[in-house]
Amino acid sequence: MTPAMSISHRPRLSLGPVSYYWPASALRDFYRRIADTAVDVVYLGETVCAKRRSFNVDDWLEIAAALEGIGKEVVLSSLTLIEAASEIGGVERLCANSRFAVEANDMAAVELLARRDGGIPFVAGASLNIYNPRTLAVLASQGMSRWLPPVEMHRDLVAAMIDAVPPGVETEVFAYGRLPLAWSARCFTARAHDLPKDQCGFRCLDDPDGLLMTTREGRPFLVANGVQTQSALTHNLLAEVPDMISLGIDVLRISPQSRRVWDVIDAFDRMRDGQLPVDAARTTLDGLMPSGPCNGYWYGDAGMTPPVLDDAHL
Amino acid sequence: MDLILPAGNLPSLKAAVEHGASAVYIGFRDDTNARHFGGLNFTGSQAARGIAHAHDRGVRVLAAVNTYAQADGWSRWTHAVDRAADLGVDALILADIGLMDYARERHPDLRLHLSVQGSATSAEAIAFYHRRFGIRRAVLPRVLSLAQIRRVARASPVEIEVFGFGSLCVMVEGRCLLSSYVTGRSPNTFGACSPADAVRWKETPEGRESRLNGVLIDRYGPQEHAGYPTLCKGRFHACDRDYYALEEPASLNTLDLLPQLDAAGVQAIKIEGRQRSPAYVALVARVWRDALDAHANEGQGFKVRPQWAQALSTLSEGAQTTFGAYERSWQ
Repeated sequence: MTPAMSISHRPRLSLGPVSYYWPASALRDFYRRIADTAVDVVYLGETVCAKRRSFNVDDWLEIAAALEGIGKEVVLSSLTLIEAASEIGGVERLCANSRFAVEANDMAAVELLARRDGGIPFVAGASLNIYNPRTLAVLASQGMSRWLPPVEMHRDLVAAMIDAVPPGVETEVFAYGRLPLAWSARCFTARAHDLPKDQCGFRCLDDPDGLLMTTREGRPFLVANGVQTQSALTHNLLAEVPDMISLGIDVLRISPQSRRVWDVIDAFDRMRDGQLPVDAARTTLDGLMPSGPCNGYWYGDAGMTPPVLDDAHL
Repeated sequence: MDLILPAGNLPSLKAAVEHGASAVYIGFRDDTNARHFGGLNFTGSQAARGIAHAHDRGVRVLAAVNTYAQADGWSRWTHAVDRAADLGVDALILADIGLMDYARERHPDLRLHLSVQGSATSAEAIAFYHRRFGIRRAVLPRVLSLAQIRRVARASPVEIEVFGFGSLCVMVEGRCLLSSYVTGRSPNTFGACSPADAVRWKETPEGRESRLNGVLIDRYGPQEHAGYPTLCKGRFHACDRDYYALEEPASLNTLDLLPQLDAAGVQAIKIEGRQRSPAYVALVARVWRDALDAHANEGQGFKVRPQWAQALSTLSEGAQTTFGAYERSWQ
C-alpha cells in the first residue's frame, strides 16, 4: 500500500457517544470544543447507565440542535442494556423523537423504531451483533440506514460484509477508543469501591476515562466503566485508515476520551485526506492513549494484541 | 414449569431423560453452538439416537445453534439448522437474526426459541423476534431481578425461560467480548469462552498461576482452591487491592426462588452445563425435578429441603452459590 494511493472515497468521521460519566460542565465544554473539529457526525446520549444524569433529555436536545446548526449530523444513541421499566421508558422517548435519527444499541430500540409510522431509519450499533449478510438484509428491511460491525470483526469479514451491504446502507467502523467489551447487571465501579449498586455514590465521576484494572502483576487489562467493561488498551486504527478507505467504509468512529480528543480527530482528518504518512500515524497518538494501543481485532488476532510496528501486516 | 436440562453427549441425555427432564438441549460438534468444547456434543447419528431415546419417553429435544453465523462460514450454520430440522428436534434455540430468517423460511413449522445469546432483556426486544420470526419462547440473560423478570414475562408475547442453576455469566450473554479480547475467540464467534488451549498453569514462588494467552488471571496460595481461569472470575487489581473484580467463582442457584419465578410467569427453568458429566446432570435433574414436583403439590407451603441444597452445593464452582442478579447488591 502506498501513501500516494488515490483517494476516491473520503470517509466521514464520527464521534461516538461519551461512554463515561462526566459532569455537565465538562460535557458542555467538550461539545463546544467538538463544534470546531472536523467530525461530520456526532452521536449523543447516555448508552451505559441510566442513573447518570448530568444531562436530561432537554440538555441533550439543546446540544444536538447546536451541533446540527453548524452542519454536523446528529444521532441520538440508545441505552445498551435495558433492565428497569424506567429504562425502557427512556428508550421509548428517544425513539419517539421526531427530529434526530437514533442509534439502536439494543433490539428493543429497533422494535420501537420499526413499529413507528411504518418504520423510521436508524443506525444499528455494534452491540446488535450483525455478523452476516442475511442479518444485514433483515435489519435493512426494518429501516436500518447505517450499521457498525461488532468491534471484534476482522478486516476480511468487514470487507465481505461491505460487498453484501444492501443499497443505501452505510458501514461505520469503531476506529479509535477503549473497546466496549461487555455489559452486566452488576456495577464494577461500585464493586471496586465496595459499594452496593443502588448506593454507588456516582463514583464513576472520579474516573473520566474509566477505572483501570490491572492484572496482579501490574499489566493494564480492563477498565471498569459502571456496568460496562472496556479494554484498558486503546483500539487505534489510525494507521489502517488507507486500508479502510480502500474497503469503502463510509464512516470512521472515534470514541470520546478525556485527553484531547480533538487532536485524535485532527489526526484522522489528516489521514483520510492522505496528509499524514502511515509511519507517522503509528506513533502520533502515543501520548493520548492512557494505557497504550491495540489493534488485534482488525487483523483477526486477540483484540488486546498491540500494533506491529514493522510492515508485517501490510 | 418445564425443566430444561443440558446434554453434552448421549449418556448425559439419557441421564437427563431418566431423572426428570421436560426437555433436553443439545448442540452439534462444531462452532455453531455456545459449548464448542473438545470431545463434546453430538454427531448427526448420535443426535438421532438421542432424539429417539427422548421422544420414546415423552421428553422433548431442543437443538442449540446459538452462536453468531460468521460471514465466511455461513453454510456451517445453515447446515446445522437443516440437520436439526431433518432430525426432528422439537425446537431450535437461535440467537442470530440472519439464521432465524433462514430457519423461518426453510422450516416454517419448526418451533423457534430465542437463545440467551440473543441478549433480549425486555418485552420490546422479544417482540421484535416474535413479530419478525414467530418465536415461541425467549431465554432471558442472567441480569434481571425478579421484579424485572415479572414485568418482561407479563408483557412478553411469548413464553419465558430463565436459568436456574449452573455456571454464571456475570455479563449479558451475547454481548461479552472479554474472551475474544484476550484469546481472539469469543462465545459469539467460536462458541467458547476462555478456551482451554489458551490456558497455562505454572507453579511459581508466589503460588500457582493461571494464565489465559499470557494474561495472569489468578495466583493461588497453597490452601486456595484453583478454579478454571474463566477470565471474568479472575482476581485483578484496582483501588489498591487484589480482588474478584468482576465476579467470584460461584455458581447460580435459584432453588429458593422457585415459587417467585413461577409466580412471575416463568414457563421454564434451564440448567446450565452441557460440558458437565452425566453424573452431574443426573444429580441436578433429580433435585430440580423433586423441587418442581414438590412446588406443584405444595404451592404456598413449598420449602427447600436441606438435602437438595446440600446436594447442589457439592456441584458448585468453588462450592459457593449465588443468586446472581437476583441479589439485591446487584440492583
